[in-house]
Amino acid sequence: METFFLGAAILLTAIIWIPVYRVVKGPTIFDRLVGVNAIATKTIVLICLIGYVYGRIDMFIDITLAYAILGFVGSIAIAKYMTTDKGEF
Amino acid sequence: MGEIQNIISIAFIGAGIFFIFVAGIGVLRLPDFYSRTHAVSKSDTLGVLLVVMGLIVFEGFTLNSLKLSFIFILVALSNPIGSHALGMAALKKGLKPVLGESKNKEEEESNVGS
Repeated sequence: METFFLGAAILLTAIIWIPVYRVVKGPTIFDRLVGVNAIATKTIVLICLIGYVYGRIDMFIDITLAYAILGFVGSIAIAKYMTTDKGEF
Repeated sequence: MGEIQNIISIAFIGAGIFFIFVAGIGVLRLPDFYSRTHAVSKSDTLGVLLVVMGLIVFEGFTLNSLKLSFIFILVALSNPIGSHALGMAALKKGLKPVLGESKNKEEEESNVGS
């Protein structure tokens, strides 16, 4: 079963490279922000799978919770900042 | 019991990774910012929820599965809210969506004329 988790983690790592193109190439800044949001969401799953591969899910699950909350707060804060007069695209 | 648990878990995780792959293709290929938020908010959330559900099935009833269910609820709430906030910010800043020429309108007019 650890082999399956390792294969899934490798496949997910390959998938994470797809939105990086949108982050680098995106025409406006909102496209880049959407790419960063997609990468953060996929990283939540990747940390869970790495925890099962190492067999120490009781430690990695706390890191996953903290990462999920930080990604959500960062996305909301940047969206709130972009609505003000300072944010330009 | 363990075999059935493993098979259900593998099915959930495989389906979730498929939906995450579809979301990645959507972010890459869709023509517009607003349609890209569509790909991120719906398909990506479904994929992540399926993978976390598969991990809950694999774990059983422990403290770790309780924390995984916390992650389930948090992702199901936070990911659409974040995408919607970004879309609303872009709309307030005046980002124009790409609107194609609709062929259906001409057909409707021809139908009305006939």
